[in-house]
Amino acid sequence: MLESANPQSLRHVGHSPARQEGVDKLTGGAVFVSDMTLPGMLHAKVKQSPHARARIRSIDTSRAAKLPGVRAILTGADLDYRLGLYVVDKYILAKGEVRHYGEAVAAVAADTLAIAKQAVDLIDVDYEVLPPVLNHMDALAPGAPLVHPDLGSYDYVQAVFSPQPGTNIANVSRCRKGDVEKGFAESAWIIEREYTNPSVQHVPMETHVAIAEWRADDAITIWTSAQSPFTVRGLFCHSFKLPLSKVRVIIPHVGGGFGGKAGIHLEPLVACLSRKAGGRPVKFQATREEEFSLLPCRSALTYRIKTGVRADGKIVAQKMEMFWDAGAYADYAVNVTRASGYSAAGPYEIPNAWLDAYTIYTHKPYGTAYRGFGHVEFFWGLERHMELVAQTIGMDPLEFRRKNLLRPGATTLTGEVITEHSGDVRKCLDAVAAAIHYGELTEAEKAREARTGLKIGKGIATLHKAPAMPPFTATAVIVKMNSDGSVLVNVGLTEIGQGSNTALAQIAAERLGFPLEKVKVTEEKDTEHDPYDWQTVASKGLMLTGNATILACADLLEQAYAVAGQVLRAQPCDLDHDGGKIFIKHRPDQAVTFAQIAVGYAYRDGNGIGGPLVGVGRYIAQGLSNLDKETGQGNPALDWTYGAHGIIVEVNAATGEYHILKIASAYDVGKAINPELVRGQCIGGMVQGLGTALCEGYIYDQQGHLLNPSFTDNKIPTCKDLPDEIECIVVETAQLDGPYGARGVGEHPMISVAPALGNAIRNAAGAELTHMPIRSEDVWRAMGQKPRVETWITETPTGSCRSIVWGQ
Amino acid sequence: MKIKVTINGAEYERDVAENATLLHFLREQLGLTGSKEGCGGGECGACTVILDGRTVNSCLVLAVEADGCSIRTIEGEAVDGRLSRIQEAFARHHAVQCGYCTAGMVMSVRELVERHPKPSIDEIKEGLEGNFCRCTGYAQIIEAVLDATGQEHRTQEPSHA
Repeated sequence: MLESANPQSLRHVGHSPARQEGVDKLTGGAVFVSDMTLPGMLHAKVKQSPHARARIRSIDTSRAAKLPGVRAILTGADLDYRLGLYVVDKYILAKGEVRHYGEAVAAVAADTLAIAKQAVDLIDVDYEVLPPVLNHMDALAPGAPLVHPDLGSYDYVQAVFSPQPGTNIANVSRCRKGDVEKGFAESAWIIEREYTNPSVQHVPMETHVAIAEWRADDAITIWTSAQSPFTVRGLFCHSFKLPLSKVRVIIPHVGGGFGGKAGIHLEPLVACLSRKAGGRPVKFQATREEEFSLLPCRSALTYRIKTGVRADGKIVAQKMEMFWDAGAYADYAVNVTRASGYSAAGPYEIPNAWLDAYTIYTHKPYGTAYRGFGHVEFFWGLERHMELVAQTIGMDPLEFRRKNLLRPGATTLTGEVITEHSGDVRKCLDAVAAAIHYGELTEAEKAREARTGLKIGKGIATLHKAPAMPPFTATAVIVKMNSDGSVLVNVGLTEIGQGSNTALAQIAAERLGFPLEKVKVTEEKDTEHDPYDWQTVASKGLMLTGNATILACADLLEQAYAVAGQVLRAQPCDLDHDGGKIFIKHRPDQAVTFAQIAVGYAYRDGNGIGGPLVGVGRYIAQGLSNLDKETGQGNPALDWTYGAHGIIVEVNAATGEYHILKIASAYDVGKAINPELVRGQCIGGMVQGLGTALCEGYIYDQQGHLLNPSFTDNKIPTCKDLPDEIECIVVETAQLDGPYGARGVGEHPMISVAPALGNAIRNAAGAELTHMPIRSEDVWRAMGQKPRVETWITETPTGSCRSIVWGQ
Repeated sequence: MKIKVTINGAEYERDVAENATLLHFLREQLGLTGSKEGCGGGECGACTVILDGRTVNSCLVLAVEADGCSIRTIEGEAVDGRLSRIQEAFARHHAVQCGYCTAGMVMSVRELVERHPKPSIDEIKEGLEGNFCRCTGYAQIIEAVLDATGQEHRTQEPSHA
């Protein structure tokens, strides 16, 4: 798709028009599912388990049923449907046993939310509390309680995943490249360490919310705050064994997703309540507390890396073991394990590599996709490790990284050969190193240290990620011309804040040669109006839907030229067009307007030709393959987006408090379709990455009660947490098969913020950090080489008052 | 109980439940859904409105407490279909992504600029720290506020390497 790109002639691509739906969002006019009320609509509430693991002896709903205004009550006993993206392991409501704190065991739909809440309080559940397994490493031990004793009987995607019945292992992914033991034998140094991070919450500002209406004859409509309408429809129909034509999924504006709204979540439960309530629409919106405990989170990770290095600093062998904490259900975590497995070495060439990556069930809220899809978590360990290796062998960390970076001709872990068009990680790394004056303190920084008594340190980290998606992922776009010559672009890709509608409008305007005002991309997504798109995930939307948009526009123009050629009695090859009309190249005064032919051309006598102009574009990922289950070899990557961060930090060497003075980030985006949108992704993702780096994380007590399901106890960054200076740098190594050379950058800014910070703190104050988030007390402990205290599954016997009331 | 409030210049007289929050009253009873609920606990700022000149988390104010008060919400920010300077600057600076925090954010900016016609970056951060945004990373919002108040703001385009 690059052939059409001549940077000088681009009129829309490369510019930064305002967001298409910005005015609606700025005036309060944009409607989110949480704003919607339908005629006759009921409100739902769920009863959550106060225990991490318990057998459900009985559920008594009789008191709730007597409450006036209650229209439907469901428990696990009423529903025999299991859900699962890759491993079908989750009931809509817990049956028999609860597997995590906050799991839904019953649900009520009532005339008002207040009645529904009251009814839920009147449901009595008799539990036999059982000892949970909370730490994923403990769950691997022989004799550990099994979260899913029936794992061997579950359906799963057999071509890709490998559950291990009789254990808590939901999946194991392997990668074998070269001969790792031979590599270690050739190594002058072998350096090994373990890195960890806890589960975190996505925190979309709009919590999960769905409205469903299950009418007679299984006619079902679902309005949902979700990322992927076609996936919701597909998984829904799979669970209920319904034809796709019975279910319509509509997605209006979405208040943030970040991966947490990929897949399917509340929709089946809400639909079942509607069915039970005689087809009245039912709405359920998670409270913020439920968002933490009922809805999924991001998996915790333990990452062990053992690296063999030659005396000259070249890595020759690396053995990697990843232990991912799925929580109670496999959901996306098994695929996070797979996608992280094939990326696990970062943008470095490792001739001999060995990787085992496990997804492990525990009795905790379950993990799902989260911006970065595993890469935020494992890059914490990887880029801290690269720093450790460089320091251990006495090499400058920047030089060490440069020496080992992937370059054209190098092969990735899965055997893919990198080319000069794959993107330039070296350029990204050098750009951020220059931006922070890496490796030295400037005169001003020295003076600042002298003045404040604080230590200034600098750190760098690289990143890469490819879309994690099936190798045959496809999409389609329809461009329909209105009778005034403007166009409506139907895409199944959902606008969740990333700016895709604006960027796609720019791409369409560019390909059509139209003014941007004449192009509109559909805002609300509707499975009955929009063409199929696999999912709005993986940073693949710009490339796949962008290409399909270009093809659809070309198709529309071809049809327009055919009609215009007839009207003008000219061959299409002699025609050209501008934003309003098609004309004969050598007789530009002979023209027909797009408006004249948009819905069919009429001659003076009334005869008509042509018809409504509709262009269709289809694009499917090409040349990709499943990975071999034993060796991990294959071609999984649509494209690689590379990047790097450089951070300057100021550390109080007495207390461990620190402050970020500057962060510089660079990404090879191929081509910035809208540089301001790119900057929005870069800064927004970086600050979300800072949340992971600074403070965020789930804290449990020993019984598995989640202790901090609120913004008071689980803080996210505010504008006061911004670094003093932020610099965004764009590298543009064209992606040959990307729209105008572009590749995705939605997830990448979040990756490797934490290790860049950890490396900077290490260089400032000597703190060797192996766990993120990095709190001041962690820095203080690491500086004093005091043992880390386990505060994520805390040894405090009783945590907040919440667990005292609910749990004991 | 009956309350009388002025919202964006228009008077409303309604019966409200004693335990209804101002946010619930605005959204559910009046259909003014621009103000959002992000947490229901006064932590995130998505429900920020201006009550007699000062910003409040409307999820923490009872509707009955607003009796006799004058309230400004996002629905009153654009006049006759024309965006305010703040809204225009937000659009121009890409200070909106998913849009869920935007209403509360704009109301906090509105109150801030009425107190500080030329707020410094520190004053902007102070004024907006109660408004969470998970998408933008805040920088483009701060630039929009500087621009809306006629102050110098950085050119936004990322640099090329």
